[in-house]
Amino acid sequence: MPAWIYEKTFKAQMLVFLSKAPSKEWLSRFRLFLFLLCLIPLARLFWLGFNDDLSANPVEFVERSTGYWSLFMLLVTLSLSPIRLLTGRTWQLQYRRMLGLFMFFYASLHITTYLWLDYSFIWVDIVKDIIKHPYVLVGASAFLLTLPLAITSNNFMIRLLRERWKLLHNLVYLIAILGVVHFLWLVKKDIREPLLYAAILALLLGIRIYYKILSNKPKR
Amino acid sequence: MIIQTKSDILLSEITPKAVFDDRRTFLQQAGIGLIAGATGLLTSPSFATSGNLPASYKPGNSPIKLPRFSKSKYGAGEKLTPYDDITTYNNYYEFGTGKDEPAIHSKLFKPVPWTVSIEGEVKKSKTISIEDILKLAPLEERIYRMRCVEGWSMVIPWVGFPLAQLIKWAEPNANAKYVEFISLADSQRMPGVNLPILDWPYTEGLRMDEAMNPLTIMAVGLYGEALPNQNGAPMRLVVPWKYGFKGAKAIVKIRFTEKMPITTWMKAGPSEYGFYANVNPQVEHPRWTQSSEKRIGAGLFAGRIKTQMFNGYTEQVGQMYAGMDLRKNF
Repeated sequence: MPAWIYEKTFKAQMLVFLSKAPSKEWLSRFRLFLFLLCLIPLARLFWLGFNDDLSANPVEFVERSTGYWSLFMLLVTLSLSPIRLLTGRTWQLQYRRMLGLFMFFYASLHITTYLWLDYSFIWVDIVKDIIKHPYVLVGASAFLLTLPLAITSNNFMIRLLRERWKLLHNLVYLIAILGVVHFLWLVKKDIREPLLYAAILALLLGIRIYYKILSNKPKR
Repeated sequence: MIIQTKSDILLSEITPKAVFDDRRTFLQQAGIGLIAGATGLLTSPSFATSGNLPASYKPGNSPIKLPRFSKSKYGAGEKLTPYDDITTYNNYYEFGTGKDEPAIHSKLFKPVPWTVSIEGEVKKSKTISIEDILKLAPLEERIYRMRCVEGWSMVIPWVGFPLAQLIKWAEPNANAKYVEFISLADSQRMPGVNLPILDWPYTEGLRMDEAMNPLTIMAVGLYGEALPNQNGAPMRLVVPWKYGFKGAKAIVKIRFTEKMPITTWMKAGPSEYGFYANVNPQVEHPRWTQSSEKRIGAGLFAGRIKTQMFNGYTEQVGQMYAGMDLRKNF
């Protein structure tokens, strides 16, 4: 690669990315980039579906994939504040709503897959499955809790609810914990992957708690 | 009249059904069907009886030779699960915990040479080679439903022989009330064994009457071919009225015991997996719905089907559990 291309493109972009205050134009281009990036998991599912390549158990495949990406989006959303706490950078926070809504988007696909493709909307069986199996109950609760957050994810609701909005959106921590527990309990024996997500979540929450304690320390 | 010899037939010599069907059409058109009959292939009970092979059919990867086999009455009217699904989606933790991992990590596994040792409550401990096991009884195709405890199911054309034949040869003594099956746990050849996810080696068990039931087979083949490595080559247990995990794979040891053996999954989750593990839509599992199941290969929009008591084999096995509380003995 000629050096000037590197200088003009990759290096320049990386410097913007790492800088404390990128330009407005760059930020909106990055928003579009992030948006398209977040759609790739969905596009992949369609691609695999059209090519009959969703494994021997396609319903399970779609269920797992949408569930995984929902949890992934949630953890990315929750990492924006720790980045601020650790680096002092704040521009990434403006993407929090979009990423959070992508979490809701994939969670909705996850639930739809479960209700439709897995259980064909047979409500008797669905209710039985939710009541009898702890991991399903935990997952269903997590999804129900995301509903008020998704509904209030707009400027109008923020203005309307004011201080209560912040309080309400603290639910995201509970949702994240329920999401990880849902994954942990569904796995039969090899819990390495859900433990990894539990560890990442613990780290992200740990950073918050650490800074909270730090800021609450009485000044001498 | 063609005289069937008992000699082994190399896998490479068996003609896949698709090819075979074309051949018959061709020969009939050519008007030389009589001559073709004399080759023995057309009247061989082996491939003339197996189900429809998918276009992507490929020969089994196990180097074991499979003798000729006959058809049996089981599985009439069932739609076979495609070969590709059976061989790329299963649990075999010795080769990894992902459903696709056994097919990937067992590619280089060579189940030869292979001997099975017989021990415990028997007249005399002994070992037998897989080649000699294949001579114990004539092989037959058994098309069985397979219900996994995780809530999915398949219809699989196994090739095997009744376990009762092997037990007869093993000569258990009067103390033998149970049979324990022990799988190979070779950390060199089986990467999953290096992880302490299960208590290796994998062990399973049956009550003596269950083991002697005509439905219980030792499978050595699949879709008319030698059993692929990922499905438990060279020999695995198939107990169609129980959840799939009862079917121990790559068996190296058979032990007769007086006491009920504690199986691998009983140790891993005593509240989830019992010794009997009979398919039972009325006994709930803490994780998965047991009253219905997903049939593999049915597609994205097929929905679920009802799970049957004893996986639909009540007529053949129900009497063995008469008077037993199946909720307690799950």
